[in-house]
Amino acid sequence: MQVTYLEAIRQGIWEEMERDPSVFLLGEDIGVYGGAFKVTAGMLDRFGEERVVDTPISESAIVGAAIGASFMGMRPVAEMQFADFISCGFDQIVNFAAKCRYRWNAPVPIVVRAPSGGGIHGGPFHSQNPEAWFVHTPGLKVVQPSTAYDAKGLMKAAIRDNDPVIFFEHKALYRRIKGEVPSADYTVPLGKATIFREGRHLSVITYGAMVHVAAEAAEILEQEGISMEIVDLRTLLPIDEETVLASVRKTSKAIVLHEATLTGGVGGEISARITEKAFEYLDGPVLRIAAPDTPVPYSPPLEEAFLPNAGKLLEKARWLVRY
Amino acid sequence: MAALKPVSPMALASPQRCDTAGVANPEAALSRRFLYYMSLMREAEDRIERKLYRQGKIVGGVYVGRGQEAICVGAGLVAAPQDVLFPSHRDLGLFFIRGVEPREVFAQYMGRAGGLTQGRDANMHMGDLNRRIVAIISAMAAAVPVAAGAAMALKQQRSPNIVFVFFGDGATSRGDWHEGINLAAVQKAPLVLICNNNQYAYSTPLDKQMACRDVADRAPGYGIPAEIVDGNDAWAVYEATHRAAEHARQGLGPYLIECKTFRMTGHSAHDAGDYVPKDRWQEWGAKDPIVRMEQLMLERGYASRQQLDDLHAEIRGQVDEAVAWAEASPFPDPSTLTDNVYEPAPAPAPTVEKA
Repeated sequence: MQVTYLEAIRQGIWEEMERDPSVFLLGEDIGVYGGAFKVTAGMLDRFGEERVVDTPISESAIVGAAIGASFMGMRPVAEMQFADFISCGFDQIVNFAAKCRYRWNAPVPIVVRAPSGGGIHGGPFHSQNPEAWFVHTPGLKVVQPSTAYDAKGLMKAAIRDNDPVIFFEHKALYRRIKGEVPSADYTVPLGKATIFREGRHLSVITYGAMVHVAAEAAEILEQEGISMEIVDLRTLLPIDEETVLASVRKTSKAIVLHEATLTGGVGGEISARITEKAFEYLDGPVLRIAAPDTPVPYSPPLEEAFLPNAGKLLEKARWLVRY
Repeated sequence: MAALKPVSPMALASPQRCDTAGVANPEAALSRRFLYYMSLMREAEDRIERKLYRQGKIVGGVYVGRGQEAICVGAGLVAAPQDVLFPSHRDLGLFFIRGVEPREVFAQYMGRAGGLTQGRDANMHMGDLNRRIVAIISAMAAAVPVAAGAAMALKQQRSPNIVFVFFGDGATSRGDWHEGINLAAVQKAPLVLICNNNQYAYSTPLDKQMACRDVADRAPGYGIPAEIVDGNDAWAVYEATHRAAEHARQGLGPYLIECKTFRMTGHSAHDAGDYVPKDRWQEWGAKDPIVRMEQLMLERGYASRQQLDDLHAEIRGQVDEAVAWAEASPFPDPSTLTDNVYEPAPAPAPTVEKA
């Protein structure tokens, strides 16, 4: 069945709620309204207000309550209405949820959903990609799917996982991307990258919406006789280093591409691991393509200049292939 | 190292150990339990703060509840065994009430493998889900939303159990405290909120912490009841907590108890508390909750002076033994440093040896 990325996420949550009575949802406007993006549409009617909890506007309380409920055997799925607001629940995520297992052997099986990303003219507070904050926090798992299939399978895996998972959903993909999703139960394992497209001349390592930017560029490069492999990380923490290194050892050239801003981003970490562990295979520098170090601007020409796109990738890919 | 036989605090606190006359008298029996746990907490914390810390055997921070023992003990003895406790850093008595052994506490403070967190966290940052105690993080008010969520889950599970969360006056200034109470109130979650108002948050006195007179003044803003009690009177705390627990168990939602007390120590072992006016130490020193409980027990004939002295001697012996055990306990193995950040992956299927 072909479904949108959004519908795939919705199905993943729905099926887990049907399967496991300990799964419940909490967040702002998720019940009566069905969520700002309608990811939880219909769930209040099906599962009732104890399992689909409309909360006050209190991100810290939403995440905190999810943690506390998880101690009582529940599997809460908390929604941040926009990933930008996750900073209001930051302490609960990085100091409480992330450290309990290590400190006192208390698992925190929660999922924090965070609709992220630009390209929807949301401006500085409805467009950010804050994944690197959480990738820098041991104890968390950080996920960002790029396809409908992965979105559903990773959501189900995240809900079943016994560690706290920050689940970034790219808003620009919600209704733009469609894909085949099996009707039978399946999961996509956390911590495993995938080869989105095979290639021989260079590797682009990316995730989320940028996977589709890379695919667009790969089509054009194919016409020029350049074969670009696309590694979709899917999980950003823990990083699937082996899949990344295997691709780079094969192609000898690597670009790391992400929509989040450059400095301190995930790209730096990937690049460092490649140079540390596959240096002798490299035939060129590891390049990074990311948004510039600015807030996300609102006006369309500014936002277009801000976001990485196929043109920016093509330019760097051609340069690297010739290197 | 020879393992010590575990000492059960409940056995020590049993009526037979302390009083033979009033077994049938529940008030006498409960008074003895108050006294036992308050005295054990005082003795353990005196040993930690005034001896082990100064000897350099505790390398990290030390935060004690001297003078505040009646709060965690009075409230803690209301909690049913499966109720969930969220202690603050000045509520050591709750751990003893839940059956945590003093030796586990000393080992915790000394960073030993035998401590509740096996050396991974310090001092009062400890918990154990099997004993239904949740560990705090340093940003104290963070426990309130987490406690609210635990209470929401218990309600959803139709559990008869409730949640108790403890915090100081300083914690009530943080956003988490307000968010957590508001959510619990809206959800009518079974949550008892207990404030140790010891009038100082580190060096900051109450009048620089908040402009309202009492912490209890904050409750009407969330549509929940509150009461103020003498935090140095274990019986008063016990009775107030009993009312709060009944309220929560009946499905009426959160209930706030403000316990007025005084921190008879600096913020931590490195802080002499020079900023506290001297007359306040004197004023509150005269209200010591342990001395008061002893006076009550003597006046009412719940115990003789000799029996009280015997109890303290027994506690000192128990603490001596626990400290010795902790000091002999090994440090954690550095090779375990990276263990348990995540759930361990399931072990791969064993390979079958070829015959």
